[in-house]
Amino acid sequence: MIRIENLVKTYGSVRALDGLSLNVKPGVVYGFLGPNGAGKTTSMRILSGLALPVSGRAWIMGKEIGQPGSDVRSLIGVLPEEPAFYGWMTPREYLRDFVAPLYQLHGKVAARRADELLETVGLKDAANRRIGGFSRGMRQRMGLAQALIHQPPVLLLDEPVSALDPAGRKEVLELIETLRGKTTILLSTHILADVERVCDVVGIIARGRLIVQARREDLLAQYVTPLFEIESDNGFGHWLEWVEKQDFVISVTVSNHTARLLVKDIHTAQKPLLESLAKETLSVRRFEMVHPSLEDVFLRLTGKEA
Amino acid sequence: MFQTLLAKEFREQWRTWKIIVFLAVFLITGILSPVLAKYTPALLKSIPNLPAGLADLIPAPTVADSVAQYLKNTGQFGILLVILLTMGVMAQEKERGTAAMLLTKPVSRSAVILAKWLAGMTILLTGLLVDGLACLAYTLVLFEPLPFGAFWTMNLLLLVYLGVYLTVALMASTLARSQAIAAAGAFAGLIVLLILGSLPRLSDYMPGQLAIWGNSLVLKGDISAWPALGVAAGIIVLALVIACLRFEREEI
Repeated sequence: MIRIENLVKTYGSVRALDGLSLNVKPGVVYGFLGPNGAGKTTSMRILSGLALPVSGRAWIMGKEIGQPGSDVRSLIGVLPEEPAFYGWMTPREYLRDFVAPLYQLHGKVAARRADELLETVGLKDAANRRIGGFSRGMRQRMGLAQALIHQPPVLLLDEPVSALDPAGRKEVLELIETLRGKTTILLSTHILADVERVCDVVGIIARGRLIVQARREDLLAQYVTPLFEIESDNGFGHWLEWVEKQDFVISVTVSNHTARLLVKDIHTAQKPLLESLAKETLSVRRFEMVHPSLEDVFLRLTGKEA
Repeated sequence: MFQTLLAKEFREQWRTWKIIVFLAVFLITGILSPVLAKYTPALLKSIPNLPAGLADLIPAPTVADSVAQYLKNTGQFGILLVILLTMGVMAQEKERGTAAMLLTKPVSRSAVILAKWLAGMTILLTGLLVDGLACLAYTLVLFEPLPFGAFWTMNLLLLVYLGVYLTVALMASTLARSQAIAAAGAFAGLIVLLILGSLPRLSDYMPGQLAIWGNSLVLKGDISAWPALGVAAGIIVLALVIACLRFEREEI
C-alpha cells in the first residue's frame, strides 16, 4: 500500500533521510516511531508531495510519488503536525466550501460529509465559530476532519494526538481504531502508549534509517529483555555502585524509589541480586521481573538503552 | 478546482475587509479627482496676500484638469493599493502553513497562483469601475460630460498599467518565504519600474506610458503607446510564468 525504497533527503549538510525503506501493508495501522529529528516528518512530507527526495522512490497504492501523471493526492488524507487554517473561515465553511469541492464533493454531499465529520471529531458546537479562535487541540481535530473528508484509502497522520487532552486523545485514538482494516494509516508519534494501543505494526526510525519494522507483538517478543524492578523505601545507597559494576548488568536506571535493571541473563542475575539485597540494610518493598514495554524497546533500539 | 480556489480568494478579500478598503479608496479617488481639479485654483486664489497678478496667472479649471487629476491619483493610490493587497498573498500562505495544507490536496500549484492573480485583477477592475463611475459623475456635474468610450478605454489601459504592479508583487510574494521579504521584493519591483520609466527613450516603452496614452485618448490627442502596451503585457505574462514555475518546484 505504501512502499518506500532507499529515500535520501538532505538539508544542507544534514542528512534527514539516509536510505529509508519501509513497507506498509493494506489496512494496517503503522506506528512510525523515532526520536526528534529522526526523519519522520520529512518522510511524511515526501509522501504528501510537499518535498522531493534527493534519491530513492516511494509508492502509494502502486503510484510512484513525484512522477508526471502519477498524482497520489486524491488517495491520501494528510494531517500535518501543526495543521494550519484560514482563521477567518468557520470549520463548516472550510470543510464544505473549500476542502470538499477540491475532492469533487459538492452541494448536499459536501454539506452532509462536513457535518458528519464535525460531529465525529467533536467540533459540532463550534461549527460556525471562526477557526482563528481555536485552541491547538481544536485545530488538530479540525486537521483530522479535513484529512478524512474524501474517505481516503491512505491516511498520513503526523503526531495526531500530541496537542490533545487525555479525553481528546482517547476519542481520536478510538476513531483511528474504527478505521483499522478499511484505511491504511501511517501514524507518527512520540507517545509510545498510543502506539501500543492502536498500531498493528511498528517501524522505528533513527538518523534517517529504519532500524526495525515488525508487528507490535513480534517486536516486543523479539526484543524481550530481562528486566528487574526493585522498589526500596529508603533508597539504594552503596548497593547501586555495586550493582553497576556487575558483569551481568547491562544498565541501571533509578526513578524515585524504584531501580530498573536490565540484565544479560535472568537466571544468572537473580541469585546474586537477591543475595546482595539481603546483605544491605535496604527496606525492599518489591523485587519483580517485569516485561519490557515498547518504550524499553524503543530506547534500546535508538541508542538510549533503558 | 479552479473555481473553488477563486471563490476562496474572493471570500478572503471580503471577510478580511481588504476589498472594502480597496473599493473605498478608489471611490474617494474618483470623487476627489474632479473636485480637486475644480476647486484647487479657487483655493489658491483665496490665499491671503497673494502677490499681485499671480491670481490672474492661475488658469481656469477645465475637464482636462479633471482627467489629469484622475490619472495621477488613480495611478499613485492604485499602485500602492495593489502592492499592499498582493504582496502577502503567497508568502503568508507559506509562512502560516496553509499552503502546505492546501498542496496535499489534488490542486495544481499553478492554479493556486492564477486564482490569486485573477482574483486580484478582478478586484482591481471593480475598483477602477467604482473610481471611473465616480469621476464620470462628478466631472459631469462640475465640468462637462467626458467621452464615454475613450474614458473607459483609458481605464482599461490603467488596468493593464496597475496589473503590471499587481503581478510583480504576486511574483515577489511567490519567490519569498516570508511576508517581510515579499514586501521588500514588491517595493523593489516598483522602484525598478519607476526608474526604468523615467529614463529617456526607454520610458516610451514602459507601462507608465499607458497613462499618457489614456489621457490623450480622452482629450482627443494623437499619442499612442502600443509598444508600451506590449511591454506591459509581456511583464505580466513573464512575472506569472516565473511565479508558476518557481512555485511548481518549491518545497513547502
